[in-house]
Amino acid sequence: MSPARTRPATALRVRRRLGAFVFLTPGLAYLVVLLLVPLALVLSYVFFQRGRFGGVVYEYTTENFSRLLDPLYLRVLGESLQIAALTTVIALALGYPTAYLIARLPRKWKTVALVAIVLPFWTNFIIRMYAWIILLNGPGLINSALKSLGLGPFELLYNQGAIVTGLVYSYLPLMVLPLYAAIEKLDPQLREASANLGASGFTTFRKVTLPLTVPGVLTGSLFVFVPSFGNFVIPEMLGGGKSVMVGNLIRTEFLKARDWPFGSALALALVAVLVVLLLAQAWAARRA
Amino acid sequence: MLKIDGITRTFGQVTALDGVSLEIGQGEFFALLGPSGCGKTTLLRIIAGFETPDSGTVTLDGDDLLALPPNRRPISLMFQSYALFPHMTVARNVAYGLEREKLPREEIRRRVGEVLETVGLSAHGDRRPAQLSGGQRQRVALARSIVKRPRLLLLDEPLSALDKKVRADMQLELKRLQNEVGITFVVVTHDQEEAMSLADRIAVFDSGSVRQVDEPVALYERPRSPFVAGFVGANNTFEGKVSAAGLDAGDLGELAGTPLDGLEEGAGALLCVRPEKIALREVPEEAAGPDAEPAAAPEELQEGAEGPAEGLEGAVLDVSFYGGVSHLSVDVPGHAKPVLVAVQGASAVRPGAKVRLTWDPRDAVVIPVPS
Repeated sequence: MSPARTRPATALRVRRRLGAFVFLTPGLAYLVVLLLVPLALVLSYVFFQRGRFGGVVYEYTTENFSRLLDPLYLRVLGESLQIAALTTVIALALGYPTAYLIARLPRKWKTVALVAIVLPFWTNFIIRMYAWIILLNGPGLINSALKSLGLGPFELLYNQGAIVTGLVYSYLPLMVLPLYAAIEKLDPQLREASANLGASGFTTFRKVTLPLTVPGVLTGSLFVFVPSFGNFVIPEMLGGGKSVMVGNLIRTEFLKARDWPFGSALALALVAVLVVLLLAQAWAARRA
Repeated sequence: MLKIDGITRTFGQVTALDGVSLEIGQGEFFALLGPSGCGKTTLLRIIAGFETPDSGTVTLDGDDLLALPPNRRPISLMFQSYALFPHMTVARNVAYGLEREKLPREEIRRRVGEVLETVGLSAHGDRRPAQLSGGQRQRVALARSIVKRPRLLLLDEPLSALDKKVRADMQLELKRLQNEVGITFVVVTHDQEEAMSLADRIAVFDSGSVRQVDEPVALYERPRSPFVAGFVGANNTFEGKVSAAGLDAGDLGELAGTPLDGLEEGAGALLCVRPEKIALREVPEEAAGPDAEPAAAPEELQEGAEGPAEGLEGAVLDVSFYGGVSHLSVDVPGHAKPVLVAVQGASAVRPGAKVRLTWDPRDAVVIPVPS
């Protein structure tokens, strides 16, 4: 209780805090400069009018918000949500069985399979997208193969299907990895206990495995949904500019239409949708 | 009831089970006892259906068990880790097996209520497993296993995760429950005290083979092999050859003992005597002195000290007091391992004291050493 005894303890606490500060600073600085500052800029642009050659004119307006409600833009937002949702569902349907099988492989093969899952990331993204164009386009590989079977040709490229295909292809690993982690973590004895109590393999999956891997499902879905929703490269390359997603719209507003304030409003709308989804995910994960 | 015949299972180079045959009767409390890695858990998993043997048969009341998938076997397994479903309440965990039988909801509710009452967890039906103590979780696992009224209940190290005090309570409870529900219990354990206190009969396993199947007392008092003698309870062993009086232990002289039936004189053998069967008597420093002060040893320790040069002489190395008993380790010259002696209550003998160790020949068993 004497001051002589508390002082070193306080000093120690201060030193510990200082230590934590030193370790946190690089990460914090990175976030402040590259996340918060741009966000603050975007947030401030929204309330001003557009400059003639880009930039902003500092005159207050709420017009950028009301323009968001234009059915034209709402439709783009809706379509983006739809594409991202479809991508997520397909990635989940493909990713779950994949992750499940990998989790049950012998340890040596697990590593091989996981490396194979992330292997595409080692190749340039644009190159991989061009590869898809070659696969999907009119006289492309898939259509030639179908033709030899007496089918087709089909319009495979430059439509919503091509966008979803490209998005699923790109973000499937982000679905598989968290699912794998969740399934791998599951005590195999829970499955055995379920079987011992008389459950078939399917019942065990439905009643035990799936409910216990819901956090992994939610994380994987978020990892796929978020980049899909705001994507602009894949819709442009595989969608042929026919279907416009929010990401394309934002890019166009900033770079081509030079309407920074409205571009900011769109970007904020995108962030708002994602924040709502994140909160929903956090809520669902806590309940699971 | 349960008949295991010639079960062999190898994992790569390792033979987990080597031609194991056992017969377990209806309503019996049977223990598979052995050190870890002896194959007992593999046998349990074969009975439950999570492992397939390379050869051999398992039948339950004459029906071939191995032909059935795990979820069709009328057998419950209580897992060592309990394997409770963490996302379900206690009641849902217990109801899980009954729901799979598609029983009417009313009956499920009633039977879950009954079994929770039996294990004393009626008030905890709405809790999740994570909110329970180790002992409570063990009860839930037990309730979940017996609620289906299986013909056979397998328990894998049922008490190993519990602390000592809860363990003793649960041992009693398991026995009571087994009497009450009349199910055949097969328990796997590495803890010989647990096996002896619970089981009607025990099969001792060692490196994939059954060494001895016997009732606890017989197993303890008449081990038939050096492994069983050493594994089941503490034991003092002396090597030598079978002699008329018991064992000719070379430099240590003749040791009193009773050879197992069929042991021929002169054969290599091992004499085993339990620590609590050894009488210990303090020898005064000038043992030869005619009027030496009588040693301050308790009277009962002086019993059985008739013969002049009977038993063994040694020096006390260490005395450990455990409350009800004290353990003394005695260094006997010419014998590598200290001899362990257990006496009732506290011992007045101090380390360094010279003592004489004797025992009743009926309490020492002479067993063959595999050549």
